[in-house]
Amino acid sequence: MIRSVSLSVRKTALCAVIGAMVGAAAPAFAQNEQFIPMLSYRVGPYAAGGTGFFGGFIDYLDMVNKRDGGVNGVKLTWEECETEYKNDRGMECYERLKKKGPTGATVVDPLSTGITYAISDRAPTDKIPVVSLGHGRSDAADGRVFEYVFPLITSYWSQSTAKIKFIGQKEGGMDKLKGKKIVNLYHGSAYGKETIPVLDVQAKKYGFTVTHIEVPHPGNEQQSQWLQVGQIKPDWVILRGWGVMNPVALRTAQRVGYPSNKILGVWWSGAEEDVLPAGDAAKGYIAASFHPSGTNFAVIQDILKHVYGGGKKGNVDDPKRIGQQYFNRGVIQGILAVEGIRVAQEKYGKGKPITGEQMKWGLENLNLSEQRLKQIGASGLMSPLKSSCLDHEGGGAIKFMAWDGAKWTNITDWIQSDQSIVRPMVEEAAAKYAKEKHLTPRKC
Amino acid sequence: MIYREAGQFKTTYAKDQAIFPIRQDRYAMAAILTIAFFIVPFSVSDYWFNAILIPFLILALAALGLNILTGYTGQLSLGTAGFMAVGAFAAFNFMLRVPGMPLLVAFILAGLTAALVGIAFGLPSLRIKGFYLAVATLAAQFFIEWVLIKFGWFSNYNSSGVITAQPMIILGYEFITPRSKYLLTLAIVAVMALAAKNMARSETGRVWMAVRDMDIAAEVIGINILKAKLLAFAVSSFYCGVAGALWAYAYLGSVEPSAFTLDRSFQILFMIIIGGVGTVLGSFLGAAFIVLLPILLNVGAHYIPGVPRDLLSNLELIVFGGLIIFFLAVEPHGLARLWQIGKEKLRLWPFPH
Repeated sequence: MIRSVSLSVRKTALCAVIGAMVGAAAPAFAQNEQFIPMLSYRVGPYAAGGTGFFGGFIDYLDMVNKRDGGVNGVKLTWEECETEYKNDRGMECYERLKKKGPTGATVVDPLSTGITYAISDRAPTDKIPVVSLGHGRSDAADGRVFEYVFPLITSYWSQSTAKIKFIGQKEGGMDKLKGKKIVNLYHGSAYGKETIPVLDVQAKKYGFTVTHIEVPHPGNEQQSQWLQVGQIKPDWVILRGWGVMNPVALRTAQRVGYPSNKILGVWWSGAEEDVLPAGDAAKGYIAASFHPSGTNFAVIQDILKHVYGGGKKGNVDDPKRIGQQYFNRGVIQGILAVEGIRVAQEKYGKGKPITGEQMKWGLENLNLSEQRLKQIGASGLMSPLKSSCLDHEGGGAIKFMAWDGAKWTNITDWIQSDQSIVRPMVEEAAAKYAKEKHLTPRKC
Repeated sequence: MIYREAGQFKTTYAKDQAIFPIRQDRYAMAAILTIAFFIVPFSVSDYWFNAILIPFLILALAALGLNILTGYTGQLSLGTAGFMAVGAFAAFNFMLRVPGMPLLVAFILAGLTAALVGIAFGLPSLRIKGFYLAVATLAAQFFIEWVLIKFGWFSNYNSSGVITAQPMIILGYEFITPRSKYLLTLAIVAVMALAAKNMARSETGRVWMAVRDMDIAAEVIGINILKAKLLAFAVSSFYCGVAGALWAYAYLGSVEPSAFTLDRSFQILFMIIIGGVGTVLGSFLGAAFIVLLPILLNVGAHYIPGVPRDLLSNLELIVFGGLIIFFLAVEPHGLARLWQIGKEKLRLWPFPH
């Protein structure tokens, strides 16, 4: 009797019906397509980063489809799912999209450390590679334990060593670091804490003192932290912020009188969206990045021509954002994804879609030399990258830029990370993870 | 006429005191349990287990815990997610540091740890009430989150403070497939829901409701307010602790303290407000509403062509908020009350009164 069925059963039935509709109505993909799920976030406090990054990523894939007809004739397809930067929504989106397309999901980059941690536990069972471009987890650089996780180009630990090298350069040599004081102002989250160990190791090695000061999320109020900085009077402040913490930090620094050109930001504190709200407090502020801003790269010009040319609309609403930090980062993710697909196709068969497992092989055998970058049109946009089974990071380099009030200008050339410090830490952390999870690392 | 009770005579005290005195209710409950335990595991895809059923069950358990505290005892608490975090990290540490620890024992110990923490933060309830108590429990939320991030011992000195849950093994069987995780979660939640229902119907529950309705009168008639309130905090935190442990082990697999922020506490509070405070069914209905409806909206939004993505995401939030306002305007006591009214009407149908 329908009417005496309880409400909860009715709700379950409704869910089942909707679920069946969803399953049945899922668009039937043509066979020659490569599906990439987009775990994007366009609402919430980090929407500025999400819209820029995923805009660049989607525009690059769109451009490859329009300019080259896909990768060797295999068209790239994608579908977005809003994660709101929340771990459980990210999981749900991943589960929803992982089987779409003729060969399932090819590669996933959720642009969120939390979601990456959650998904990287499932990726080996589902055989879908997870790329965490420039974000956590750093210990996944050891491909023997983390077979399906790729912290490509460079991880947080590597970036930290490059920062210390830069500070050493500015001080006149790594030996001049002895006795210097550095403050690590970090965001109170898993992301923020991640560089504390590597900074401590470097402090011991080079003889400087590092003080870690936490800014509780979200970082709207930093008066007490910067007063503490004023007492310590450090030579440098490393700003490891996220979202609204960044402009607030720069404005508070100006108020307490700390010079902005001694503040060194990580790349999640180094986008236009982070410095514009701070106004002139941000002039002179230096940030690290693994790619420059700007539109005068052949690949960005191609996007402008093929995707936005003739008044067409791309994925980004405001054309000024093309060429800015987050957009270019998304383009680089696109470049890595397409190159991974191309390399995998060379081995497993050109012109047909590859599976996630084959994509993993492709991502492990990337060889983006300077020559190849010139062919792609990304020379100067990315540093050369070479990944392997042992090294899922690729050995990318970092550039430093200064903000002049209107745009970022590079002030250094590519600086390599110090793998002699980072790699032993990576292997130790990966071994610990393998022990906790009862995993046997594979041989490389 | 549908819900006829005519002819259903209670011949023993036990039958009179049953949780479902009406035969149709018993059949419906048996059907729901049969479907949940035997039909659903073999008829839905992994996506449903991993992304819909397991988080729904776990958050329903946490909502049940909060309902015991706020719904039955009237102690407004905003520390739910903090107690969940205690449970998750306690389970991780017990499994890690005690060799050969069985999984279920680890969950129970995690719940007890959360209960102890709950008692500690519940002490202010003896002096303050209402919104002031909410602020004190807010302190619990922030303090617990801070402690778990600050002291690396809790996350085994992981550089990001993230814990990775060990594999779940009971008597040699490893719960690795989504179906097995779902069944384990369902079993734990069903047992604890039954316990909660019975607690609510027993003297303990009546004591709690007396404290909620007028604690001065309760004290006058001889109820020990200290024990009642602290017991409520303990039991509620036990439930939230087990829910947190399940969140880490059966759902996400690796969890950081920021999975249990103030947002999560508010989310669970909203679940019981919309579902119905002071009812067991309300916890489940509220959890279904808050967990499943946004996903439904998100999936549905995909079928609207041509609208830009960020507009759709924001529309989802707007529609969700609108539905909350609508349901609370229609029935402030929540969805469970709507169901109760429906049942009352069904008992008399087709007669109006």
